[in-house]
Amino acid sequence: MKRIAILILTLLTLTASPAAAERLITSLSSHQVLVSSSFTGTELVLFGAIERDGATPFPRKSGYNIIVTVSGPRETLVVRRKDRLAGIWTNVESNSFLDAPLYLAVLSNKPLDEIAPAEMLRRLDIGMNVVPGVHVAAGIESGEETFRDALIRLRKQRKLYVEDPAGVTFITPTLFRASIRLPAESPVGVYDIDVRLFAENANIARASSALEVVKVGVEQFIVTAARDHGVVYGLFTTLMALLTGWFASVVFRRD
Amino acid sequence: MQIYLPIADLPVNIFLLFAMGLAVGFISGMFGIGGGFLMTPLLIFIGILPAVAVATVSSHIAASSASSAISYWRRNAIDISLALMLLIGGIVGTAGGVWLFTLLRSADLLDLVIALSYVVLLVAVGGLMISEAVRAIMRTYQGHPVVLRRPGSHTWLHGLPFKVRFKRSKIYVSAIPVLGIGLIIGFIGSLMGIGGGFLLVPMLIYFLRVPTATVIGTSTVLTLVTMASATVMHAATNHLVDALLALILMVGGVIGAQFGARAGQNMKAERLRLLLGLLVLGVGVRFAIDILVQPTELFSLRFAGGG
Repeated sequence: MKRIAILILTLLTLTASPAAAERLITSLSSHQVLVSSSFTGTELVLFGAIERDGATPFPRKSGYNIIVTVSGPRETLVVRRKDRLAGIWTNVESNSFLDAPLYLAVLSNKPLDEIAPAEMLRRLDIGMNVVPGVHVAAGIESGEETFRDALIRLRKQRKLYVEDPAGVTFITPTLFRASIRLPAESPVGVYDIDVRLFAENANIARASSALEVVKVGVEQFIVTAARDHGVVYGLFTTLMALLTGWFASVVFRRD
Repeated sequence: MQIYLPIADLPVNIFLLFAMGLAVGFISGMFGIGGGFLMTPLLIFIGILPAVAVATVSSHIAASSASSAISYWRRNAIDISLALMLLIGGIVGTAGGVWLFTLLRSADLLDLVIALSYVVLLVAVGGLMISEAVRAIMRTYQGHPVVLRRPGSHTWLHGLPFKVRFKRSKIYVSAIPVLGIGLIIGFIGSLMGIGGGFLLVPMLIYFLRVPTATVIGTSTVLTLVTMASATVMHAATNHLVDALLALILMVGGVIGAQFGARAGQNMKAERLRLLLGLLVLGVGVRFAIDILVQPTELFSLRFAGGG
């Protein structure tokens, strides 16, 4: 009788697995990144632990999988496509992507399609699904690269979009680390970090965190001055030019 | 060493930029030009947005022309009244150029217009320079004396009203072509990110018959003032002047110019003009190839707000 009860209990826990049998605890090595003009990029480490309650069988049949999605500040990005117009290659079409993340890293311990079905990832807004789709995709013949693909590819070239199926490493079966690489060009702003635990094709736990990229020093000063005080900034730049010219004429004076 | 350019929004090797400044400075010192028509394309070719390149180079040219204007001033080789009259046209032209620049940028046509203007202007001017220089070199080879083209013959330009006498240059011409030349140079310069010295000097010689003694010094003053005002106007309207980029370029530029000026003194004038013509034509052809040949990367990305 007691054995049957245990069996029923186990079956119940197994079928009701998303009911928070596991908890996800994460910790980021630093929540603020300071960008100065000598900034060449940095790497942040996210540690995570999977905490199980006593009733959960371990290990799970498929083992644990982790997907970490880091998405930076959002802005409207315009993708332009060149085409031949009267013999000249020039930007002809363009598509705007509202609220596209300027930075996006999708880190996991194995390829996403081995973790969960594509349909589920799309529903949960995980992976490159974070990049919004366009409503109007005019003039693209089938088989050609779409504007959205181009957006992702161009951002990946500059290391601002990253998809790394080996970006998460399990140190022990319940302890993992993920390294978040921020390149030199990382935009300023708040980055959301979404950590999801998957087991048996289902998302069973979630944790979130955030980090902030802040520009400091001369660089930030220049950006603010140029944007907010255009005329003064222009006069100052001109003065700098005149002084450089005058200085050169004094230093190299030959007559 | 990589540094991050705040306005261009791009990490670039500081030594590459400095070397570009030196090289362009060397050439500008050698030929007595501002070098904007080389610097702007170079910046575009290393991946800086054309809009940022044009706006930033104006301050770079202001620095190099300031340095040469001072040395011409010391040698009393500037016609101040002529320079002032050119400047009236020049500042109006600059304002017009910046206005069109802003308009084209909002219509997303700026990159195309900059590329096309470079092709048309540089191929035409480069071609003219080369043919003129080749003819001059041929003449000297055949032993004919070089005819200096500064005859007293009057063109239709001399029939125009509002004549003004410019004592330092010993010319008596209508104010209309003077203002017109200033206007054109200011307009083209602020739109394309060039000082316009390579256009202005021939224009002053052929249309106004300004003597060689004052032509370069006077043109430097116009370049200086139009480019300084272009910097302020670009900064005030489009916020695209990158002060850090400008500083690196101008320091390299003024140093390079000193060595260039020394190298230029040992060369014959026709040879110099031929070389300059080839250079101008080369940059024009490079722009032509860029827009005529299918690019490997068809897509480009920019923010909705800027760039």
